[in-house]
Parts: sequence; structure tokens; C-alpha cells
Amino acid sequence: MAITRDQKRPSAAPIWSFLNDATFRSIVYQLVTAASIILFFWWVIGNTTANMAQRNMSAGFDFLNVSAGFGISFTLIPYREGDSYLRVFQVGIANTLLVAIISIIFATVLGLFVGLARLSSNWLIRTLARSYVEVLRNTPLLLQIIAWFFGVFNLLPRPRDSIVWLDVFALNNRGFYMPAPLPEAGFNAVLLTLALAIVAAVYIRIWAKRRQDATGQIFPSLSVGAGLVFGLPLVVFLALGQPLSWEIPELRGFNFQGGLSVPPSFCALVIALSVYTSCFIAEIVRSGIQSVSRGQTEAAKSLNIKPNWTMRLIVLPQALRVIVPPLISQYLNVTKNSSLAIAIGFPDLVSVWMNTSLNQSGRAIPIVAMTMAFYCAASLFVSLLMNAYNRRILLKER
Amino acid sequence: MNRHLSILAAAAAVGIVGYAHDAQAQATLAQVKERGHLNCQVGLPTPGFYQLGDDGTWSGIDVDVCRAVSAAIFGDPDRIEYQSVTSAVRFTSLANGESDMLSRTTTWTAVRDTQLGLNFAGVNFYDGQGFLVPVDSGISSTLELDGATVCVLTGTTTELNLADYFRANNMSFTPVTNENVNVLVETYLGGGCDAYTNDKSGLAARRSAFPDPTAHVILPETISKEPLGPVVRQGDDAWANLVRWVLFGLIEAEELGVTAANVDEMLGSDNPNIKRLLGVEGNIGEGMGVANDFMVTVLKEIGNYGEMYERHVGENTPIGIPRAGTLNAQWFDGGLMYAMPFR
Ligand SMILES: N[C@@H](CCC(=O)N[C@@H](CS)C(=O)NCC(=O)O)C(=O)O
Repeated sequence: MAITRDQKRPSAAPIWSFLNDATFRSIVYQLVTAASIILFFWWVIGNTTANMAQRNMSAGFDFLNVSAGFGISFTLIPYREGDSYLRVFQVGIANTLLVAIISIIFATVLGLFVGLARLSSNWLIRTLARSYVEVLRNTPLLLQIIAWFFGVFNLLPRPRDSIVWLDVFALNNRGFYMPAPLPEAGFNAVLLTLALAIVAAVYIRIWAKRRQDATGQIFPSLSVGAGLVFGLPLVVFLALGQPLSWEIPELRGFNFQGGLSVPPSFCALVIALSVYTSCFIAEIVRSGIQSVSRGQTEAAKSLNIKPNWTMRLIVLPQALRVIVPPLISQYLNVTKNSSLAIAIGFPDLVSVWMNTSLNQSGRAIPIVAMTMAFYCAASLFVSLLMNAYNRRILLKER
Repeated sequence: MNRHLSILAAAAAVGIVGYAHDAQAQATLAQVKERGHLNCQVGLPTPGFYQLGDDGTWSGIDVDVCRAVSAAIFGDPDRIEYQSVTSAVRFTSLANGESDMLSRTTTWTAVRDTQLGLNFAGVNFYDGQGFLVPVDSGISSTLELDGATVCVLTGTTTELNLADYFRANNMSFTPVTNENVNVLVETYLGGGCDAYTNDKSGLAARRSAFPDPTAHVILPETISKEPLGPVVRQGDDAWANLVRWVLFGLIEAEELGVTAANVDEMLGSDNPNIKRLLGVEGNIGEGMGVANDFMVTVLKEIGNYGEMYERHVGENTPIGIPRAGTLNAQWFDGGLMYAMPFR
């Protein structure tokens, strides 16, 4: 090597010849980039602190223990008006996660159905599913949220004329009311049994798989597991004399009191988010299933494999490889889209923290930073999950 | 949505980052003069206070404070660009330099004055918080609201007083919140809450625009003090002084009996107080960086405080808030309107 190089370059190279060295140049570029980034942040932070000090604005986090002093219309975790700003932040996160998780569940179920309907051999079902997707996917989400809020939930009857089901559920323009479970002495035993049953079911599944690998004998571990998980706690529950009572919402004064309730803004938000996201999930499901070539199903059929086994053991594992990554990013979208809650006044993180708290306390920098940190953490967590999944399902070439 | 977030964050950051340069380089008054117009922040249209006409012009008792400042600087009350934003972002928007001042039913409080980088330039309306309920609810006192659902604007003193009041009286409530007053009013009219709470003037203003104003009643209790006035950014004392003294000028003119109609005549007055107010004597205007006779233009175009009041929110307007015997009367009539001496 050295010889060839010497031949190419005259030994009396000019002093700037190192400029032609690719490694050297790339190191310089990287140093310059890093230095400019550091300088930029240094400038931003310095300038911001100076400006804020000049204008008597505080940038610190000391305000977090100060009492926030405003009411929040819906809180998943306990909150009283005298609680601190830090608590408001937690309330916001809890509310955001609640909306996201419930919407994700609904959207997934709905999306799965619509996605399968898109592939139906029945023309009517197929066309309906397709219109559902096309119309709802192409209408702005914000518009849908507002339409659900004003067009549906705000038009419901007032508390006195509530729609009541089975004497325990009530729906009116102030919210949806349902019974709250009140565990009594002994209920913990039921929960303990449930935990044990789950452990047992998992263990049985592992054992059954090992045995099948070794001997080829099949054990119905799924149905046995399900039976354990549902049956055992039920038996204990009944044996202990049903240690659970319900607090039923009752119309008292202005509205229903007691039980669990969610405000109209929550209902509108969850429905709009679920419906909107379900369109994207439907398309993901459809393309996932279509990605598995027909030949696979036909081959399974010719080997006389049961149809539901074909689905479970052949089509699904391959389709999931296509479905799961975009599905997870839809889940992340739901979490971020939930910040549109502010339009209808649902107290999610953005509404209660970036808006109300920022305005009341004036601490723009720490509040914006904390909000971004939360959304950033959520995104990182999701991409972590995604990478783990992708690594697991990587095609193992043999 | 993360795009929205980062834009917001960037806006907040850049607003604060960028500010130093203009502040150090140029005072607000010089900037306004160079730009050729005043940037005045108002809220979402509210009858009587900052009302938007069909022809796109703003009017109201709060708008008139901005118009007076514009008249003082330019000799023309309408060299103004208005920013109409929700209550929740009003201070961020002012801090970012999007507006030179805000005049929009904003309560002067200690935290706002000392921790948010703001300065209050005075009070143009003394108010207090109340509750609006439908007449057919049969409610006649705020103390009957235990367990009620209450509509309240976020980012206001209103939501803080609401929580304090119910807590102090051992009552519970469910807030229905929004930053957009229109959404909230829509919710209230649709029966989504039992009461709407705000400054009493705000209640009267909103109600005047309801399909049937007589179907709603403002409960008698006043649960807070809400001194409302114009606000500027902290750090430019000369600008704060200008806004403060234009407002005092409006109040002083009423005390001295100078009106839009008689201001020309009053230029010949022998009263030394009037002479100083109208710039016939002394150099008060010049000291503030505007013409000595700035109040002459202001009064010709806008009239004195009393005229402003009667024109926009007084008894003969749809809002109909009587002035006599209230805090908004002149000090010699038992009210709190009291201009510091022009000398
Ligand atoms: N004075 C309180 C409340 C201000 C307020 O709510 N103003 C009423 C009118 S009096 C309103 O409807 N504002 C709507 C808006 O400004 O967008 C504060 O400064 O926080």
C-alpha cells in the first residue's frame, strides 16, 4: 500500500496536502458541527436567561411547589384546588395517558373489524368499509372532535331528563355516569388468585410448548389457561360471598353524584380519536393480510391444516410482521393527537399544563421544557418497543 | 400535533430570546413611531369592551384606551393594528413583542405584576366576579350553587376565585373549562353548565349578545375584586408612563369638565389645571415624547372617561351598567376614578 501511495504522491507534497485527506476533513467537519451546536445552545441559554432576568421573569422550577389554585374538570388521580403545580403536571399526564390508552383500545378493535371488512367478499360490506375509511381519514381530526362535542354530547338532555340504562348507567349533557366498584374485605384474595392463575397459565403454556417440541403431542394450553384465569378467581369470589359492592350514581341536586363519571369532552375526544385512528389501523391491517401471499394459505389447505390454525400459525405471524411497526406509530400518534383536547376543554397535559398553568404562573421555559420532555419520553419509549419487536421478528435465515 | 408543540415552544423561546435586541436597541415608543402604528392586543370580541363591528372596526371602552394612546402618539386614533387572542395566551403574546400593550379586561394582580414581566398602567374599569344563571333555574344566590357545574374561562383570575370561593364556603363544583369564550358561552346556552362565571361586566356584556338576554340573571353576590386595566411589558418605564398618563388624562378631563364637544373652547380657559392638561401651559407631553397638546387630540377623538363609559357600557347601551354610585364613578362622586394631578 505504502508504495502505491508514494508513487501517486510526490514526496515533496505541498504543506496543505492534508486538506485532501478524507479522514482529516471529516474530523474537521464533525468538530465544526459540534462546536456550532454547542455555541448555538450556549447563545440561546445565555440570551434567554439574561432576558428573563431583565424582565423579572423567573426561569426556575421553584414554582412547582406553589399551589395552583384552579379547579380541573376531570382528574384521574386525586386533585384538590389547593394542590401544587407539580400535581397539576401529574394530573395532566395521567389524563393524557388515560385518553390515549382507551382510544388505542377502541381504535384497534374498530380498525381490526373495518380492516377485515375491507377484504370481505361481500360487495356491500367492502364498500361500506371503504367509504368509512375514505371519509373519516380525510376529515380533519379537530373538526371531528368539535363535531362530536357540539353535535352530539352538548345536545344530550339535561341531568333531570338523563338517559338511564338498567338504573345504573346515565348519560346527559354533563357526562356519562356509571357505578363505581367498592371492594370489601376479602377482595384482595380474589386479586391474589387472579395473579396466581395468570402465572400458572403462563407456566402451562411454556410447558406445553416444550412438550410439543419434544414429543409432538399437543396440549390445549390456550383454553386451559383462559379457564384458569377466569374460572379460579370467580370461584374464590363466589366462595367468599361476593366481596364487592357498587356505588350507583344518583340524581341529587344539580346532577348525578357518586359512582364514576367522565365529562362530555372526554367522550367526544375518545370517540373522535378512536374513529379517526381506526381508519389508519384498518388500512394497516388490510395491507398486512394482503401481504401474505395466497400460496401460503393454499399450501396449508393442501396439507389439510385446520383453517383457524392456518390463520393463527401461518398467516397471522407473517402479517403481524408488516402490521405491528406502523401500528405502534399510530399508537404514538393517538397520544400526540390527544393534545387537540384543548379545543373542547378536556384537561389533558397540553391544556392544563402548557395552557392554564403557563398562563397563571408565567413560567414559560420550565413548563414548555417539561411538556416536551414528556412527549419526547413517550416517543422514545415507543421506538424502543418497536426496535425490540423488530429485532425479535427479524427473519431468521436458516 | 408534535409539530404544534414544537412551534409553540420555539415561539415561546424565540420570543424571549429575541427580545433583548429590540429592548436594548430601541424603546417601545420609538419603535411604534417608526413602525407607524400601535400594536394593541384585545380579546375575543366582547360587547362594550372590545367589540368587532361588521365593517371590521374595533370599538369599546378597552379599545378606546388603545385609541387614545394612538391619538396621543400620532394625532390619529386609528393608527392601530389589533391582535385578538384568547385570555390564556395574552401575556405570552405581549411578552413576545407581538403587541405593544394589551387592553382587554385584565385584572391587576400581584403575581401578574411582579412575576410575569408585566406592568399595569392603571385601571379603566373596577369590577368584581359574579355568576350568570338561567332565570328558570330558580337560583337566586351564589350560595345555592353547591354541586353545580360551572363554565369558566381558563387562564383567568376567574377560575382562581371560583375555586377559592367554593372552597371557602365548603361547597363543591365541577368546572367546565375552555380558553375560548365563544365555546364556553355555547356550552352554557346549550345547558352544559348550570352557571357561567366571569367579571360581572363580562357577564352583562355576554348576556347582551344572547338570543334572549332576559332569560338570564346575574346573581347578586360579588366574590372578588377585579380592577381591569391596560398592561405593558416590564422594562420600558417611559412607555408604561405614557400609557398611564393618557389614561389619567381621560379621567382628569372628566373631572375638569372637558369633553369632545367643548375641548376647542376649553383651550381658552383660565383654569391652570385645564391649561396644563391641554398643553397650553407646561411641557408634560414633550416630557413623555409626544406633542404637548396630545390630550387635545385624544379628547376630540375619544372624549373623556365619562363619555367613553356611557358610549360603550353605560345605561343607554345594550350592556347597561349604571355608573352612578359604583366604583367607576369619579372620586368626588364616591367612586374610585381618581387621576393623579397633571402638573
Ligand atoms: N379579569 C379576568 C377575566 C378576564 C375575562 O374573562 N374577560 C371577559 C370579558 S370581561 C372575556 O370574556 N374575555 C374573553 C377574551 O378576552 O377572550 C382576568 O383578567 O383574568
